[in-house]
Amino acid sequence: MTGPSLMDSLFQRTLEDLIKGLRLHLVHESTFISKSLDEIRREVRSPDLDTKAAAVQKVTYLRSLHGVDDSFAAFPAVELAASPRFRHKQIAYLAASVSFHSATAVLLLLTNQLRKDLNSSNEFEVSLALQCLSVVCNLDLARDLTPEIFTLLSSSKQLIRKKAIATILRVFGEYPDAVRVCFKRLVENVESSDPQTVSAVVSVFCELASREPNSYLPLAPEFYRVLVDSRNNWVLIKVLKIFANLAPLEPRLAKRIIEPIGEHMRRTGAKSLMFECIRTIVTSLSDYDSAVRLAVAKVQEFLVDDDPNLKYLGLQALSIVVPKHSWAVVENKEFVIKSLSDTDPNIKLEALRLVMAMVSEDDLSEICRVLLNYALKSDPEFCNEILGSVLATCSRNVYEIIIDFDWYVSVLGEMTRIPHCQKGEEIESQLIDIGMRVKDVRPELVHVGRDLLIDPALLGNPFLHRVLSAAAWVSGEYVKFSKNPIELMEALLQPRTGLLPSSIRAVYIQSAFKVLTFCLHSYLFAKEAVASSSSCAYDLESGASDSIPEKGCPEGSNLATSEALASSEQNEDFNRSFLCQSVEDNCTENDGDTLVAPGPSSSSASLNKLQFTRGSIINLLDLIKTALGPLAGSHEVEVQERAWNVLGLIKLVEQEIQDTPMQNEGKFVMEELKASEIMKLMHDAFFGELGPVSKSAQERVPIPDGLMLKENLNDLETVCGDVQLPSTCSFSLGKPHFEESSGSLFDFQKKEELEPSSESTSMLAEHRKRHGLYYLPSEIKETTSSDYPPANESKLAISVSVSDDVDYLVKLTEQSLVPKKKSNQTKPRPIVVKLDERDGVRIAANKPESKNDLISGAVREVLLGNEGIPTSSQGKHFDKLSSKTRGKEKIAIVQPLGSTGLLANAGNSELANSSPRRSKHVSHGKEKKPRSPRNNAEGCEERSYRDKKKGDHRHVKNKARQSADGGVNVVAQTPVIPDFLL
Amino acid sequence: MGIRFILMVNKQGQTRLAQYYEYLTIEERRALEGEIVRKCLARNEQQCSFVEHRNYKIVYRRYASLFFLVGVDNDENELAILEFIHLLVETMDRHFGNVCELDIMFHLEKAHFMLEEMVMNGCIVETSKSNILAPIQLMDKAS
Repeated sequence: MTGPSLMDSLFQRTLEDLIKGLRLHLVHESTFISKSLDEIRREVRSPDLDTKAAAVQKVTYLRSLHGVDDSFAAFPAVELAASPRFRHKQIAYLAASVSFHSATAVLLLLTNQLRKDLNSSNEFEVSLALQCLSVVCNLDLARDLTPEIFTLLSSSKQLIRKKAIATILRVFGEYPDAVRVCFKRLVENVESSDPQTVSAVVSVFCELASREPNSYLPLAPEFYRVLVDSRNNWVLIKVLKIFANLAPLEPRLAKRIIEPIGEHMRRTGAKSLMFECIRTIVTSLSDYDSAVRLAVAKVQEFLVDDDPNLKYLGLQALSIVVPKHSWAVVENKEFVIKSLSDTDPNIKLEALRLVMAMVSEDDLSEICRVLLNYALKSDPEFCNEILGSVLATCSRNVYEIIIDFDWYVSVLGEMTRIPHCQKGEEIESQLIDIGMRVKDVRPELVHVGRDLLIDPALLGNPFLHRVLSAAAWVSGEYVKFSKNPIELMEALLQPRTGLLPSSIRAVYIQSAFKVLTFCLHSYLFAKEAVASSSSCAYDLESGASDSIPEKGCPEGSNLATSEALASSEQNEDFNRSFLCQSVEDNCTENDGDTLVAPGPSSSSASLNKLQFTRGSIINLLDLIKTALGPLAGSHEVEVQERAWNVLGLIKLVEQEIQDTPMQNEGKFVMEELKASEIMKLMHDAFFGELGPVSKSAQERVPIPDGLMLKENLNDLETVCGDVQLPSTCSFSLGKPHFEESSGSLFDFQKKEELEPSSESTSMLAEHRKRHGLYYLPSEIKETTSSDYPPANESKLAISVSVSDDVDYLVKLTEQSLVPKKKSNQTKPRPIVVKLDERDGVRIAANKPESKNDLISGAVREVLLGNEGIPTSSQGKHFDKLSSKTRGKEKIAIVQPLGSTGLLANAGNSELANSSPRRSKHVSHGKEKKPRSPRNNAEGCEERSYRDKKKGDHRHVKNKARQSADGGVNVVAQTPVIPDFLL
Repeated sequence: MGIRFILMVNKQGQTRLAQYYEYLTIEERRALEGEIVRKCLARNEQQCSFVEHRNYKIVYRRYASLFFLVGVDNDENELAILEFIHLLVETMDRHFGNVCELDIMFHLEKAHFMLEEMVMNGCIVETSKSNILAPIQLMDKAS
């Protein structure tokens, strides 16, 4: 055995060799590392401690810089820690702190070594052990070593004391009961004369107070003294952080610290301290105007500085202050806007946040204008940041900030046209959302949608496909507001739609379906009206338009030649001329047909009334057939299905529209009637209104009486067994599908398949008669549908009455406008339909961690003598601890001290309960008097009242401690608290 | 806990020192270092020294070919951390005499010891250069 070990130690590579080797083997680094690891694996088993140490050293290096797995070296490191040589210990503890964590198995073996080293007389050994403990500490270590750390907290060597203080934070975190033992001693260190000790202890309190500030309020006097006396910037920064957490809890405290903070701001030359003062003021003292003004003035100095760091921090400070003091930003508005074009993306981002924080209803449009201009100019990433934050701000709280929705919708359209825009998804959902929520904006929405749809360039940008899908949906859904449905149709069917993914293409086709339905419907019904009133107009129209379907037939002789040329050209190669140009021609031509008064000015006016001629309708049908024909064989199910829907509809109506001129009048009217009946059905199916539906709508449907949802339905099989399978299947599968996907199809199909469905109904009735118990009583269906809370009110409103609808909307307006303070708007804000459950989404996030609770509970107990019933686990731990300490004789110092602490606590609770009750009344009656009205006036004062009570408690407790310890410095301390908190 | 980690990285993005004050697995560390280094090294001298990353704020400073990156909590004072970095560099300068990347590579342990004297558990506990270096000098003398 000695052989290899001797060899190892003689020819072992040192850490330095390893590093040199690594530098040589840059190319094959990983093979070199694995080779070295093999060596190390052998070396760490060597009984020779030097060999082992070198091996551990190497593996630590590899672990920390090359991320190798070093778990095999964990035990050797523990062995090494037991070495008497300091150098070995050092290597071992470093290895432990680099690679161990609180769940490492071998930690258990380290406990005794740590205890030994913590009790060592060599301060460097103690410091090593503390260092290691602060990294690897877990519950067991914390519980077992708390007594040692307690002793070290008052060590005479400041090197050890400050490290013990820093370690205690970790110990508290793992083992909250340690607070009971160590807290007092920790507090005493705040008054230490050694600046490093104070620095460490203040850091610890800063950390503790940031988790749960309430418990540390009673320590405010000590911190205040540090704030006033200390000249160490590190300490001051930490103390300011503590006060930033405490001040919001106690208004009187805030008042007291303003002055010293101002003093520091005037005095200091250190920007770090200056910034901390500013931050403290803007976060926690924002109610004190003078302080905020001073802080903002200093922020301005930061802003104009050349140092980008100060600029960034200045902007950050402004963004903290803006919710309460918007003037601070308004004063610096110019600078903030300018920062949007800074070279540093972080500064730009900060400026953007600031800009978004200061928008209000009044300057929203102005700010959006500026931002969109910046978005146009800036790089893609920042551009999308801008767009994202504009979208988020505007949609916040159901578009609370927006008054002019027409404007906003057009802004959304503009955003889409910004070249770098990648926010398609967000814009899509907002377009649809606004369409559904805000009735008044729909005409503008359709207008914006049209502009997007007819632009063939947008189709080439995959990021915008989602927006286009929304635009298509909007155009189809609200086509009745469109000025020119035929143009919309051409846009929806333009050849470049081939670039769209199939899901969006399906939306396009479905929208085309809606537009077609709308056109046919209005054509047929307008015509009916016209025909009944004056047959003359009809004659003219049909006479003029019959020439169009026959291609090549010269129509030019009747009309101006240029127009005729355009129209014939259009007819000849129809599938190529989808461009808007031809639409324009087409329209004017149609006008010529109907009104015999050609001219673009009259065309736009007449189009508002949506007059379709036979010619235009037939053109439209041709267009659709050529565009969708190829898609009928598409491999995409959605696309194919929808294309077929449209084509099927065309097939149905086409014949009747085209044939008519050749037939005699009587038959024509009949056929027209049939077609118009179909169209009426289709139209009704599509143009029922869709409103937003709340997510919880389903849950709000009351479960009907007698419906047992959780019943075991196994025996249903026997019931179903005696029904003929095919018919029930087709029925049960068919119906729900049609109802939910497209009601129109159902209506449509119902007419055709009247017989099968009636057949299945009769079977159903029979089935029902036989197994009545599994059916709902028939009238329940009606009652549920009327009981159903109106999540989608508009749908209901159609069937009810107009006045109800209006009433409801008025009510809604009231609801949605209640929180608004401004009413003098030039343009009334349109109604925005809101669903109540949006507000309910907020999750209660302020669930404090149980460990923090435990710590602060213990702290309170120590500080306030508040002897609340300890939780069973706490009690148990504590018992364990005390029994342990009692059991181990060698920690003689700890035990009595701990128990005096306990005794003091117990005693003081007794005191508080019995004897000084009278004196308390006397001494505090005076104080209470001026305060009591405030207590009643302000609800928030309740806390301070409680604090005061705590203060009283402490007051008493301090007395108890004073009498018990006979400590000198306590005397000065006692009167400070009430005075201070006043 | 104030400081969450301290990294020293060279211009090529290789880590030269990594000290964490919270436990992360090797994979997490590697991912974190990669992301941060990519973010910080891409920035130029005219830009500010603060980068927000996940829930950390990274305060960094470049000295010659070496980047010093410190990850802190969001409410930590950035300027104080910059001063801390400077103090660290000055301390190393005093010990190594114009510190360079190689010094840190070959004396990684010492660099760790210095850091241990300065920061414990994420709290800055010592800011005096001579105090920081005293134990290390003693050790040098002993060995």
